[in-house]
Amino acid sequence: MTLTYLYAVVPAGAPVPAVLGVDAEEPRLVVAGALAAVVGSVAAERFDEAGLARALEDMRRLEELARAHHGVAAALAEHGPVAPVRLATVYRDDDGVHLLLRERAAEFAALLERLDACREWGVKVWLAAPRAARPEPATAANGRPGTDYLLRRRAAREAGTRRREHGAAVADRLHAELARIALADRVLAPQDPALSGRGEEMVLNATYLVRRSDEEAFSGAVAEASTAAGDEVAIVPTGPWPPFSFATVADG
Amino acid sequence: MSAPTGELALVDLLDRLLAGGVVLTGEITISLAEVDLVHVSLRALISSVSTLLEEGDAGA
Repeated sequence: MTLTYLYAVVPAGAPVPAVLGVDAEEPRLVVAGALAAVVGSVAAERFDEAGLARALEDMRRLEELARAHHGVAAALAEHGPVAPVRLATVYRDDDGVHLLLRERAAEFAALLERLDACREWGVKVWLAAPRAARPEPATAANGRPGTDYLLRRRAAREAGTRRREHGAAVADRLHAELARIALADRVLAPQDPALSGRGEEMVLNATYLVRRSDEEAFSGAVAEASTAAGDEVAIVPTGPWPPFSFATVADG
Repeated sequence: MSAPTGELALVDLLDRLLAGGVVLTGEITISLAEVDLVHVSLRALISSVSTLLEEGDAGA
């Protein structure tokens, strides 16, 4: 028995993506009027409620799901506007998807119009790890090691505060500039160091919806900020992404 | 098929896939939606990431 897994909504007439889906199936289109849903027939035992719950608790399965879901959306995004759907949205059969497209046709059409000719770009900003403290040159006349130690401790603390303030200022300025260029922006939660693999403090995790015609200005602003920020701040762009962070329709 | 180098970081993907995308009440995900999907998955991730790192070290 199979279920219908929903990846995205696109304008009718969009090509079927030439990648495999979350259950190694070939994605296909369910068309209703001017819209098409990109779906896959997936095994019920893996994609019913219990199967999904298991998959989402298993990091390897979650990663496979996420990469396949993203792969379909990214393939669609190469050909035109795409409204990606949240991971793990499953219908009993195609009828449910048909109904969805018919009931919410106006919302999806408006969303696709907004997302057309745009791509999502992420920008992450970290404080760089402090350089290892240089060993203090030993001074022959130094007869007060305790005082020196306290002074060095205080200097290190003050340097840490300065780094943090500098990083926050760089992030604020950059975000303001990018938000001005972008059509929309969202600030995401800072990433867990266990997941990002970076121990430094993350001071910005933002994502932007950028018109293709503004991409040059956008990447220019990122590059300029990287140069200006020096080596105490790491600015890391990601993308382009299908516009996951900006695919929202009104509740209902 | 091995993953290409420079492939997207999982954490960046999940930032978008778990918190983004059009939210629809799929027929199967109704009760999953009641649980916070993001937190369920991130809890799983964080608890298993150390396991993966250990396996990675062992395989190196």
